[in-house]
Amino acid sequence: MRHSSQAQATLYSTVVLWMTVGLLGYAVLPWYGLDSNFFTLSWLFDGYPFNSDVAPALFLNLQGEKLWLAPIGFLLLIPLALWRRRKIDPAFGSVLLAVGALGFSYLLLQGFGIGLRGWNWSFAASLFGDLDGRQFGMGWGALLVAGAFLFLFTLGCAARGAVGGDEFVAGSIGFIIAVVGIFIFMPIIQMLLSAFVTQDGVYSAGAFASKLFSERIWGIACVTGGPRCGVAWNSLFLAILVGVVTTALGLVFALVATRTGFRYGAVLRALTVLPIITPPFVIGLAIILLFGLSGAVTQLLDSALGIPASRWVYGLPGLLIAQVLAFTPIAFLVMIGVVEGISPSMEEAAQTLRASRWQTFRTVSLPLMRPGLANAFLLGFIESMADFGNPLVLGGNFDVLSTEIFFAIVGAQYDQAQAAILALVLLAFTLGAFYAQRFWLGKKSYTTVSGKGDAGVHPHLPPTLRNIVFAVAALWTLFTLFIYVTIFYASFVKLWGVDFSLTFDHYVKSFAIGWNEFGLHWSGAAWSSFWTTIEIALISAPLTAAIGLLTAYLLVRQNFAGKEPFEFGTMLSFAIPGTVIGVSYVVAFNVPPIELTGTGIILVLSFVFRNMPVGVRAGVASMSQIDRSLDESSLTLGANSWQTFRKIILPLLKPAILAALVYSFVRAMTAISAIIFLVSARYDMSTSYIVGRVENNEYGIAIAYSAVLIFVMLVVIGVMQLIVGSRRIGRRGLGGDLAQSRTNVSRMAGAQSQPTISGGG
Amino acid sequence: MAQIKSNAASVEFRKVSKFYGKSTVAAVKDVSLLIEAGKLVTLLGPSGCGKTTTLRMIAGLEFATQGQILIGGEDVTRLPATDRDVSMVFQSYALFPHMSVRDNVEYGLKFSGFNKQDTREKAQAGLDLVGLSDYGERLPSQLSGGQQQRVAVARALVLEPQVLLFDEPLSNLDAKLRRHVREEIREIQQQLALTVVYVTHDQEEALAVSDRIIVMNNAVVAQDGTPRDLYDQPANAFVADFIGEANILPCEVVGVDANTATVKLGPITLRVPSAHSAVGTAKLAVRPNRIQVAASGTPDTLPGRLAKSVYVGSHLELVVETELGNVFVVTPDVDAVVAPGQDVGLGFAGRGPVLIRD
Repeated sequence: MRHSSQAQATLYSTVVLWMTVGLLGYAVLPWYGLDSNFFTLSWLFDGYPFNSDVAPALFLNLQGEKLWLAPIGFLLLIPLALWRRRKIDPAFGSVLLAVGALGFSYLLLQGFGIGLRGWNWSFAASLFGDLDGRQFGMGWGALLVAGAFLFLFTLGCAARGAVGGDEFVAGSIGFIIAVVGIFIFMPIIQMLLSAFVTQDGVYSAGAFASKLFSERIWGIACVTGGPRCGVAWNSLFLAILVGVVTTALGLVFALVATRTGFRYGAVLRALTVLPIITPPFVIGLAIILLFGLSGAVTQLLDSALGIPASRWVYGLPGLLIAQVLAFTPIAFLVMIGVVEGISPSMEEAAQTLRASRWQTFRTVSLPLMRPGLANAFLLGFIESMADFGNPLVLGGNFDVLSTEIFFAIVGAQYDQAQAAILALVLLAFTLGAFYAQRFWLGKKSYTTVSGKGDAGVHPHLPPTLRNIVFAVAALWTLFTLFIYVTIFYASFVKLWGVDFSLTFDHYVKSFAIGWNEFGLHWSGAAWSSFWTTIEIALISAPLTAAIGLLTAYLLVRQNFAGKEPFEFGTMLSFAIPGTVIGVSYVVAFNVPPIELTGTGIILVLSFVFRNMPVGVRAGVASMSQIDRSLDESSLTLGANSWQTFRKIILPLLKPAILAALVYSFVRAMTAISAIIFLVSARYDMSTSYIVGRVENNEYGIAIAYSAVLIFVMLVVIGVMQLIVGSRRIGRRGLGGDLAQSRTNVSRMAGAQSQPTISGGG
Repeated sequence: MAQIKSNAASVEFRKVSKFYGKSTVAAVKDVSLLIEAGKLVTLLGPSGCGKTTTLRMIAGLEFATQGQILIGGEDVTRLPATDRDVSMVFQSYALFPHMSVRDNVEYGLKFSGFNKQDTREKAQAGLDLVGLSDYGERLPSQLSGGQQQRVAVARALVLEPQVLLFDEPLSNLDAKLRRHVREEIREIQQQLALTVVYVTHDQEEALAVSDRIIVMNNAVVAQDGTPRDLYDQPANAFVADFIGEANILPCEVVGVDANTATVKLGPITLRVPSAHSAVGTAKLAVRPNRIQVAASGTPDTLPGRLAKSVYVGSHLELVVETELGNVFVVTPDVDAVVAPGQDVGLGFAGRGPVLIRD
């Protein structure tokens, strides 16, 4: 055999690797989280290794402290028993499985069991007696040990024949499951549990039920003449309206782009970039600037026609306008895929069977689009439900779930359980829609173009219909442009509604740069949050892309037991509204074993796991375009799956990688809903800074800052388009089938990943 | 100068079955076979018969659900593709589009522990062997289909695998090129004495290149033999009909002795080779070109009436209605004047008809 001839190593090399990592974590690195940044290495000078704040677990144990960590050290040494054993030996796999599983679960158990005040669980205290020891959040040492146990476990799985005995694939699956479990499922579950906790800190199902079914959430007073309905009904009603309207508009635009001979389809596609680069509440701000009490249009109507100013726009009408503006492009992206995906030969067949254009549209085209319409509706529904920025600035007395959660946490009452319950209701709605989208629609796609040789041209719409869609599309486009011009213009206006003279004041105040004795001085008020945002976005983008593409690789290229729940789990965070993630992170990561609130890490983590589906979708779309035989031939030529991933798949995925990088960067810059719970004085983000200015009625600065953000992201997206675009031209020279499939790579990736991109909510 | 050598080894399947996922329908059912070293063996069958699954199990791209697979006498049943000494030429060629032809050919060598110079020399030798010495720097997409095919062969050959696999290698080539490339493949195989397993659904291709053909149908081996065996002595109706064309006629075996059986076919009596037949009703397979058309009433002929006559250049295709059903006949005598409606007699030569199992 090709590889078995190599000298039999005394201990299998991967085992050595993970044992080393584990022992490094146990015996060398500080076990607990540090106050200072680990990478400054200042802990080396704080009495390391004996000071118990920075000591490795080994030194803690030797000094008789935290003795419950000692078994971990012993477990890490057990794999030495595999000396001179080969991987195919059944004992090899069994030992690793046992060590990995025991070690990992023991690590979790002691982490959750022993907290800041000794035992977390009263039954443990009664069982083992009181404990003097207490412990803090886990640090780098614990992280490495956890990784070591995890990968020893997956190595054991591989050795026992899981996923064809492939270590890389087994390890990747284990890694993804572990991080998704810890950073998506665990926080949600902890939030769920906290929903049962009363203000006095005791578990109570009664309090839970009374809160869950309270009038505040489910009241229907507005139907019977009362002042307001429950927030759940408000959210639901708004989301359904937004879903219907955006779907209709999306269909109109898709028809304009593909069925009317409209020559500027590229312009329409360019417009779809707007919601991606616009922080979600900016549209709401612009609506206020136009239609608010002191809005430009309101004042104009007042002076010209004598229509008195009113607060009509604060509430359902304003929210509807803002969300429809923000989410129509998403519906357009879904619908254009659906409309283009209908094989032209179906429609041509209908025409040869003597159907007129109108009859063809009505009897063939439209029914074939039905699943796509439902899909677009559900996306609009989820986006509207999850939207946080617009209701915050525009909601008025029309309360919705996402803002209600926020006020439960930051408001005077600080009711974590109430927030958790509201989050559960919101989660139930979005997950319901998500479930419907995946399992009900998933099996009903009529997309008939297989990608190969289906010649033919889509027929044009009947003239009347064409004129209608043109008119609607033109009106909407003008309105959108009007909104953006307003934002740009308003950033130069002294005091909107009072003093319309132009000024640079807002920009100077936020983005001034000066000199002092230390050199360049970022004196503007916005710089601090701006650089933090850029830093956090730059750190989280590559992580998001990496984890997304790895997941996509597993989903597209590997078969393993439990793949369907795995896929569902990884895509789930798409349906979890940002506010829910925010609340659950606050609940879960405020106390040991994972103590992250107030750090930059928690922001990075929330972005990585919120945006992971973007990377997964981009990766899945482009990887499905790469013929599977390429991997297989690499494998039969002797490369292992890691080498194949690195040398064949990654190079072919370059455009998708770039797209995933840029989109996760942009999403990290525009997101508001999750991070508004997670920011701290040290780590403030642009969007939460802007929302803060809006709350202080400093609209000028907020708008100017938003305009800068939009501009920065426009540049980022533009540069990416240039790079990806030139790549595509470069490939066209290749010709042939493979080049064809590669050209599809970036286009498909773009089209399919974008629907998930907006809705930072 | 580096040479491409052969490390040909045998392949053996012992009662191998394959079920995909939770499916209860076998893709390959209880297959046992032995492919000798240095032979070109074809897996032939209609789509979905399990031939490609069988090939992929040899490659290690699929794992057998039950049974044992041996290559060169060693058990490789659980060994993944990476660790098997087997190379494969894919239907789509699967050349890496982002690498030059040379990088493609060197790809596998880099993972096999060769140093830089050996890698380079071996790759060049491989390209020389397939006649693409000067194409190393091109990208796959700058080559024609036939050239891409040859790069794929070179890439697989340079690893000097124990077994070389071909998955429908000619299906993306046009008809003229197919004949040429299949002769090249056969030539290289014989020159280097490689063990080659070749999958195709084209029976003509299979007959032309193979030392042995394994015909598969519905996940099992339908027949295993030399091209001549399969054509002249099909074991069952499926093989008779799949390899070439055959008339399957009902008959009755009235007597069996050592080597021959006496068979009543309608009104006439024939003596045909008997392998394992017993007295009773049976089926007789007769190739269209093994039937002679004679004047009506000729002794020992099956009377019939000509229903259709189609002139296709090199021969005539006739359909004759008989009491046993329609019989398809091919006759090289294109000048014979035959008109539909005419009564004829069909004669069966001694070597033509074969008794088959149902």
